[in-house]
Amino acid sequence: MGPNLYANYVEAIAMILFGIGFFTLLLRNNLIKKIIGLNIMDTAIYLFLASKAYIPGRVAPIIVDGVQDVEKYINPIPSGLVLTGIVVSVSVSALMLSITIRLYKRYHTLNLDEISAKLKKEGL
Amino acid sequence: MSRKISEEQYKKNLSVRFRNWISGETDPYLGNMEILPQRDASPDEKTRKKHMEDQTRVVNRTYDVENNRIYRFFNAFYKKAALLCCLVLIAILLLTVSYLPKTTDPHSPGNNEVAERYITRGMQETGAVNAVTGMILTYRAFDTFGETNVLFVATCCVMILLMLEEGSKKQAEDENDAKYEPKNDAILQTIASVLCPIIFIFGIYVILNGHLSPGGGFSGGAIMGAGMILYVSAFGFKKTQRFFNEEVYKVAKISALCVYGLIGAYYYITGANGIENHIPLGIPGHILSSGIILPINIAVGLEVACTMYAFYALFRKGGL
Amino acid sequence: MDIIRNFPCVSIMLCLFSGILTSGVKEKAAKYINRTLIMTVIVLNALTLYYTLATGSAFVYVMGMFPAPWGNELRAGALEALMATFFGVIMMLSLCGGQKKLFDEVDPAKHNLYYIMTDVMLASLLALVYTNDLFTAYVFVEINTISACGLIMIRQNGRTIEASVRYMIMSLLGSGLLLMGLCILYDLTGHLLMSNIRQSIIEITKHGLYQIPLAIAICIMCVGLAIKSALFPFHAWLPDAYGYSTVSSAAILSSLVSKGYIFLLLKIFYRVIGFNLIRGSHILNMLFIFGLCGMISGSISAIWEKDIRRMIAFSSVAQIGYIYMGFGLGTTEGVVASIFHILAHAATKSLLFISAIGLTDVSGGSRSFFELTGSGYRNKIAGIGFTVGSLSMVGIPVFSGFVSKLLFAEAAVLHPDQKMLPTLIVLAISTILNAIYFMKTVVRIYVPEKASVVRRKGYFSVKPGQQKLYTVTIICFTVLNLFLGMMSEPIIHVIKMGLGNFA
Repeated sequence: MGPNLYANYVEAIAMILFGIGFFTLLLRNNLIKKIIGLNIMDTAIYLFLASKAYIPGRVAPIIVDGVQDVEKYINPIPSGLVLTGIVVSVSVSALMLSITIRLYKRYHTLNLDEISAKLKKEGL
Repeated sequence: MSRKISEEQYKKNLSVRFRNWISGETDPYLGNMEILPQRDASPDEKTRKKHMEDQTRVVNRTYDVENNRIYRFFNAFYKKAALLCCLVLIAILLLTVSYLPKTTDPHSPGNNEVAERYITRGMQETGAVNAVTGMILTYRAFDTFGETNVLFVATCCVMILLMLEEGSKKQAEDENDAKYEPKNDAILQTIASVLCPIIFIFGIYVILNGHLSPGGGFSGGAIMGAGMILYVSAFGFKKTQRFFNEEVYKVAKISALCVYGLIGAYYYITGANGIENHIPLGIPGHILSSGIILPINIAVGLEVACTMYAFYALFRKGGL
Repeated sequence: MDIIRNFPCVSIMLCLFSGILTSGVKEKAAKYINRTLIMTVIVLNALTLYYTLATGSAFVYVMGMFPAPWGNELRAGALEALMATFFGVIMMLSLCGGQKKLFDEVDPAKHNLYYIMTDVMLASLLALVYTNDLFTAYVFVEINTISACGLIMIRQNGRTIEASVRYMIMSLLGSGLLLMGLCILYDLTGHLLMSNIRQSIIEITKHGLYQIPLAIAICIMCVGLAIKSALFPFHAWLPDAYGYSTVSSAAILSSLVSKGYIFLLLKIFYRVIGFNLIRGSHILNMLFIFGLCGMISGSISAIWEKDIRRMIAFSSVAQIGYIYMGFGLGTTEGVVASIFHILAHAATKSLLFISAIGLTDVSGGSRSFFELTGSGYRNKIAGIGFTVGSLSMVGIPVFSGFVSKLLFAEAAVLHPDQKMLPTLIVLAISTILNAIYFMKTVVRIYVPEKASVVRRKGYFSVKPGQQKLYTVTIICFTVLNLFLGMMSEPIIHVIKMGLGNFA
């Protein structure tokens, strides 16, 4: 283990959340739990980015009183990345939820294995 | 009972009405609120039994442990293997984190000449006081356009799945919808009629001040979308369709995206070819400043508000 | 400054505008907008290809007033322009070929949504090909995922919706990994533009810092893109998605969507990390091994399949294995072979899907293998198309598949190290396996069916004159295939030149 594990503790927690979210999305059978896992995974990435930009003693990059010193503000780039990421995450969550609604209306179950079994029964 | 005034006049007296209300003899909400049971009328006994039998059969077929040897083996090791893989991934990622540059280090690679220019010269070059908005809407405008298109294409996909065209299905869905939600709910309507204007004004404020303070098109649009969802929940679709129906939605969405695209394309092409784009940057700190950022914020705000409302309406009713 | 330099940006913005405008119009206007758009995109990118070949170098196009590393950039060279033109051509032909089935299978009110999906898919492919910025690439990867999901879902029956949910789950896993790798890479280098990241990485490796996070970040990005492009262990979503969607969707998905991600991976290898750095690493060895496994397992699964479209979909898994094997060889010739195989596979696989639908139509709509007996006589043009596609897949000379297999074998032999022998052996085995299931099908469609069975089951014959657009499409695809097979030398020259300017 490298030198910065305790200094980067926020990023470490973000990685643990990422792993949990990743495997919830992959391995759970229930569709709603998969969507929750997707959101946990995305939120972990935002936590990672947000913690990367933080420097104690500096404020958010909104120019106050015309002072444009680099020493006064934090890096604006990770905030921009998080903005884009949040919008993408909302879109794919909405799409996954609408697919879940359609599947539930048709098969009356949220379990992906049972849906596959019912499809085999249907033939096609 | 009084002898001086009649029964009806006595009952109209304020203190009598107050006393009846306190003791519970009169119900002020009777006839004012329509709350119907939230549950579907359950189908008859035979279909319900058949559904349950079907369900148990499917469950047994899927999780058939005796016959399906692969499933038995899988089931035994599944939980352990899954946990192991998860721990391996987390261990690899923690290993990575431990070697990354320190978080609070002002000399980390992230704080290089890129961030420096965004902070020191951002206000002069973009006209925006908020360096983050200046960055995403001027320096890296193409990413933001792509992101707006992600919202647009997701809306189209949700429409493919959930939108019902004119016909019997849509009428059935409309009737269903009327059954499930309480209409003329006094509490909800009173509060909504107070809150919705405030929410809309706040949303417009956040959109317009994207370049002066935290905010911008996305957050302001989400706030306005939430306001519209509150309105439609309180007053129902009929009232909302008087000012926001499908045609308005189409016009608003297409015009917002086209305005954004045209401004963006003008900006990229003039910038790449070295031609001067004659959009004035204004004085930083005023509302009418920052070049292309203000019109783009308004377009994005409109688009996001329409999208949020469209998601809600499509999920609830299958149409706007 | 030349006008032609604006064309990549203009073509991307035109595609997005068409998508936006199509959402407000009805079906007929949507179709005309779509066709006009794709023709315009083909013309613009062909002119860009001509320009890059004439100048002999790649040009950088700054999106806005601020150059890298502060602003966004596009970069166009011969290779990118060739891929963009080709993608446009394949998309046009796929849409024309599947036009009639679109009417049959999709609700007419949702046609304009379908054309929006294809427009936006074309925009995202062009952006993935031309971009020089990692974060723009991520955003357009997401657009690609969502529009591909829309293409699968447009035909709404239970199979396609379940296939689309499986596709979305695997794709979102890949996107999550890609974003995480991108964030770690940003943390280490501080840049988002590809060329600047490369310079930073050279600095970092010179000083020996951050070796472990760099390697892990590159691994994570590779695994993410491999999941999205259906490399061997991650291909479970592919047969359902390609096999059950409507025909033009299947053709577009199999030819174009996976290839966009593979091209992005190639860009990351060349422009972000540098091929010399990658060459000695174990990432290429892993891609090589998984490519080999994919080639074998895809073909074996295809042999067991009884449904013709799922069989073709499994064959796609094998072909993607070929492409990754070419990358895994670690030499420039291997990469050239892979890129040529991307072109050849796109041309052939679309032809196979479109011919297969013609064959199943005259067999009572059934896709089962046994019902297809004699369908080559009932729908002659579809039979010819399917035969041409199969011969190309197997690797008969004159067709494009032969040239790509030849290039793979050459690449393996030219630098004999321990990768040469496995490559040649697996190439041979997979050619035999391809021959088994493709030739089996070709023989079956040309065995005449008894007239009594035809009468009983009610199969009808279709003449080429009755389906003009379909016939023209299959003839165009065949011509494209023969062109790639017989005139491959100029294309290989363009690829080599483009690859030289790629880094």
